[in-house]
Amino acid sequence: MASYWNRNPIRVFVFLILTVFVVVRSNIPSTPGEGAEERRWEASQVGDVDPGMSVAPPHPHTNTDSFQEELVVRPLHSGDIYASFQFRTVWEADFSRGNKVSHYQLFPKSLGQVISKFSVRELHISFTQGYWRTMQWGQPFLPSPPGAELWVWFQDSVTDVDGTWKELTNVLSGIFCASLNFIDSTNTVQPSAAFKPLGVGNVTDHRFLRYATLPREIVCTENLTPWKKLLPCGSKAGLAVLLKSEKLFHSSFHSQAVHIRPICQDQRCKSTSLELRQTLNAVFDLHTSGQAKREWSLFKMFSRTLTEACPLASSSKIYIDITDNSQGEQFELSPASSLLSQAVVLGDRRTFSVYDLTDQATFGSTLSPFDKKWQYPIGDMLRPLLHAERYVAGYGLQTGEIHTVMYNHHPYRSFPVLLLDSVPWYLRLYIHTLTVTSKGKENKPSYIHYQPSKDRLRPHLLEMLVQLPPNSATEVTVEFERALLKWTEYTPDPNHGFYVGSSVISSLVPSTVATNTSITQEQPLFSSFFPCKEELSYFVRVYTEPLLVNLPTPDFSMPYNVICLTCTVVAVGYGSLYNLLTRSFQIEEPSPGLAKRIANVIRRMRGVPPL
Amino acid sequence: MMVGMERNQYDAECFLLYYLFSSERRRGKLAALSIAAMVILVGVPLWWKTTQTYRAWLPVAQINELAKLQLQLSADVEVVFARGTATPEQQKKVPVTQTQDEDHAVDEADLSLHRLSESPCGSLVIYVIPESSSLLPENVNVYIGQRRTALLRIGAQMKVGKTLKQLLAHLEPRVKQILQVMSFSHNDITAALSDRVRFSPDNKESIADSMRAFKSSPGYEITFSLLNPDPKSHRLHWDIEGAVQTYIQPLLTKLSPVANFSLDSQILYYAMLGVNPRYDSSRSAYILNADSLAHVINPVEARLGSNAASSNPVLNFLLYVPDAHHSPLYIHDHKKREVQTNAFHSPRWGGIMVYNVNGFYQTGTNFPVDVNINMAKVMGVFLAQLRLLLGVQSTAPPSSFQVAPCGSSGLADWELDRLMWSRSVENVATATTTITSLAQLLDQIGNIVINDNIAQQVSSAVTSLQLAVAELEVGNLGFALQYSKEAILASEKAFFDPSLLHLLYFPDDQKFAIYIPLFLPMCVPILLSLLKIVSEVRQRRREKQAKKD
Repeated sequence: MASYWNRNPIRVFVFLILTVFVVVRSNIPSTPGEGAEERRWEASQVGDVDPGMSVAPPHPHTNTDSFQEELVVRPLHSGDIYASFQFRTVWEADFSRGNKVSHYQLFPKSLGQVISKFSVRELHISFTQGYWRTMQWGQPFLPSPPGAELWVWFQDSVTDVDGTWKELTNVLSGIFCASLNFIDSTNTVQPSAAFKPLGVGNVTDHRFLRYATLPREIVCTENLTPWKKLLPCGSKAGLAVLLKSEKLFHSSFHSQAVHIRPICQDQRCKSTSLELRQTLNAVFDLHTSGQAKREWSLFKMFSRTLTEACPLASSSKIYIDITDNSQGEQFELSPASSLLSQAVVLGDRRTFSVYDLTDQATFGSTLSPFDKKWQYPIGDMLRPLLHAERYVAGYGLQTGEIHTVMYNHHPYRSFPVLLLDSVPWYLRLYIHTLTVTSKGKENKPSYIHYQPSKDRLRPHLLEMLVQLPPNSATEVTVEFERALLKWTEYTPDPNHGFYVGSSVISSLVPSTVATNTSITQEQPLFSSFFPCKEELSYFVRVYTEPLLVNLPTPDFSMPYNVICLTCTVVAVGYGSLYNLLTRSFQIEEPSPGLAKRIANVIRRMRGVPPL
Repeated sequence: MMVGMERNQYDAECFLLYYLFSSERRRGKLAALSIAAMVILVGVPLWWKTTQTYRAWLPVAQINELAKLQLQLSADVEVVFARGTATPEQQKKVPVTQTQDEDHAVDEADLSLHRLSESPCGSLVIYVIPESSSLLPENVNVYIGQRRTALLRIGAQMKVGKTLKQLLAHLEPRVKQILQVMSFSHNDITAALSDRVRFSPDNKESIADSMRAFKSSPGYEITFSLLNPDPKSHRLHWDIEGAVQTYIQPLLTKLSPVANFSLDSQILYYAMLGVNPRYDSSRSAYILNADSLAHVINPVEARLGSNAASSNPVLNFLLYVPDAHHSPLYIHDHKKREVQTNAFHSPRWGGIMVYNVNGFYQTGTNFPVDVNINMAKVMGVFLAQLRLLLGVQSTAPPSSFQVAPCGSSGLADWELDRLMWSRSVENVATATTTITSLAQLLDQIGNIVINDNIAQQVSSAVTSLQLAVAELEVGNLGFALQYSKEAILASEKAFFDPSLLHLLYFPDDQKFAIYIPLFLPMCVPILLSLLKIVSEVRQRRREKQAKKD
């Protein structure tokens, strides 16, 4: 599709502008009007020191790291409870100029070594069990596809990116106890537009980007334990005490992630520090917990209670989403919190009740601080503006068709989305059958980047920029043929089928509520992950379902059967030929009759010569 | 007559038939033989050739030769006689005489003598000074400098020799003693060869000594960890960066010819020791006994984390600050005495130091307490442990020896040489073990594929080994160490090559299960007809024998 690129240089340019502003951070000072939204309780943060003001240089390794922890609980309209943990460690160490930094305080050493050894600029890794149901639950704070996802931006000093990537995946596989070592060239792609760096830096050359998913990966306790080990307090204190694997994995959705990126140290952004965000999202199904009572508490969800904040954390907060409950008609919180906070998350202004764990008074009354009575929510959920799904159509084991449907629920605004599809080589896409239709009419994508697959070497990569008309469903279809694999290439359970990773849809969705764009303003962690430049739109990434495709599967005992059969045929042919060649015919003396033989035996016994 | 005629005719027919049958028989025999010949001459080689695995050539003869491991170490020793130590007739054959006044202090003399003759690594220079010299104290006969020099005070009885040769012969036992301290001794070499030579354990001490140091490796990771089990009470500050620069880095720079070192540090919170210390009410302190120290490390080790980015051995140094409720904490040795340094080390693992911060508690202080750790005290202990674990042994010199205190780098030149000697020998031993066991393995398992890559690694390892042995023989220590390191790298690469695992576990019975359907129906008729032919030949021979008789 290189020719396509040439034909539409202007559109490509427009597209580049679109993606660039996601990346570059602004230095626009905060508008005072928005600051009033936040309550006064925000304590002074570490790192506010103006470097020009400090006369005496501070002690060389004191308080250069900072740690924050946060839990957001949101009752969902389906009756489930969404709990989202975020732990943020900021390390004021500059890796970008090839400095060798080797003294660690709050930042985990294992990750720090990996980053400095492999010259990683940004690293995003997520492990997810279950599928996020956007239409029932709304948008998650941090989206992730089922299975494992890893994308890494390397520094531009790396010469052999593929070799480094291979080594890095092996090391990460050891750190997180996951099968990331199965990432190789057959499932790695270099997206040209969909995954831009989330941290500071203006290198957007996608040669230094690698993206891979393992949709088959099962996430369980052995992945959670090393993840918890990366926290400075481990699971000994603070919010991480709640992370008990029995309960976390007994949930409808579980996702844990590690995001490392460079961020600005201050407003002027002269030096960068490294930010490590560990997030864990879980959706608890209160129906399955067995009690008919619609009550929930931290203890019921996690079977642990909080006793203290992590002493190393500069802030440790719990946010409860009470937007639908402003008058207390659906549930009541006990103990009640006097602190309220408003934040704009994903184009929606939400009200939160805030509990500050660093304040001893939170624990004063009871050990189980939150005990809530709950009723079914009244009223409708705000429908997510962007939503997508995907399925395989067709019959038989030879050909098929992949359908990706993207919904724009905005009543009157159309917006562009960037669709990324990475399809394994054993599904041979017929790219000439690619059609994009919305509302029954063809919708020509303004940008297509297609990289065809090579057998056993690399997957298909399809990226396109599609404009979604308002209140519509846009369908992307492409036909494929299933390839025959070599018999050693099948998985141990080939009749289960082969997974094809989720499509990724990234977009700037127009928002009705102004988003806070300043970076200096202290924001809750959950609302500050994706850098946001424009006030009237917000960045959303939507993952579709992974596909499960059946490939023609041979009978695996067949090779031995074939060997046996051919050998038998050869042996029979050879045997008859051999017989024919070597057999000699001779007259046989007619054998004496049975009576005569018996008579002879008797005669021999009597000692008389035989007849 | 008719009857007779008929009879004759019948006989003729029989003869014809017999003739025909015998020719038919012979043809059948020939066919059977030729088929057997075909199978043996064409079929078997063809099968052999097509099912053969690729096995590159290995220098087996040289490997076997290396396996004997005959090492000869030689060190250059230069003996310089100061004025007045040799009689004129002894001096006859000495080409150069040094003329320098030596009325400085002894350490200055050491330095100036070092400047005088820049000795290469591995060699020694021994200066013989007259008995009357005031450089050395009364009871000291030998002074060992910071570099590769030693001063030897010549005794009165030394002047007996007529020629230089005799003088040197007289000096020889003293020189040997010096050499054992400064270069290598029998014990060092047996310790370095410990995994090759089953040396009889003379005493427990020597075993412990040889087990303590890390095995030779091309690189080491040194990790300093500050364990803070109680971050609620203690806010610890340690200037590890400065301390490493001041105390550890000079030593590592000095050791850089031996191995590459990488340094890092971390702070671990809520890291507990594995045992509960006992409370001693008489001293109002907590006691950790020597017996329980073995159990201390395990739970901590899970938190330490291995180095993800390299596979070199890790030396762990832990600084443990006991929590406020278990403080102060003291370590007791086997004799129930308090250990002065409050630290211990674990062989081939690292060291732990307990750092009590009771001094920072004052009445009425509210927690957390800010604690600045005295890095000089901590690093002194860790430096000593590091020297032990790296195998920089300080064997006690004989009583008449005086050893110069090591300078700012923490390591004298001759100590480095000593380490290099034992490291080169150990490297040579390890590499030969690896290579010989690899050769044995490949020899035993016939269907392993030997790639060209492996063959190349093996031969480069063998070449480096031969070079290393040769350099040891000549006394070029630096080159010997370099080659022995290369040999280790190449041999490890060959030994752990993933391609060696491919056919290792392919069992023979499966192979036969595949061959039998073809081979059994083909071979049975050939074998039977061959047997038949043999038995017939035998019978005919017997008949002939009978006819002759």
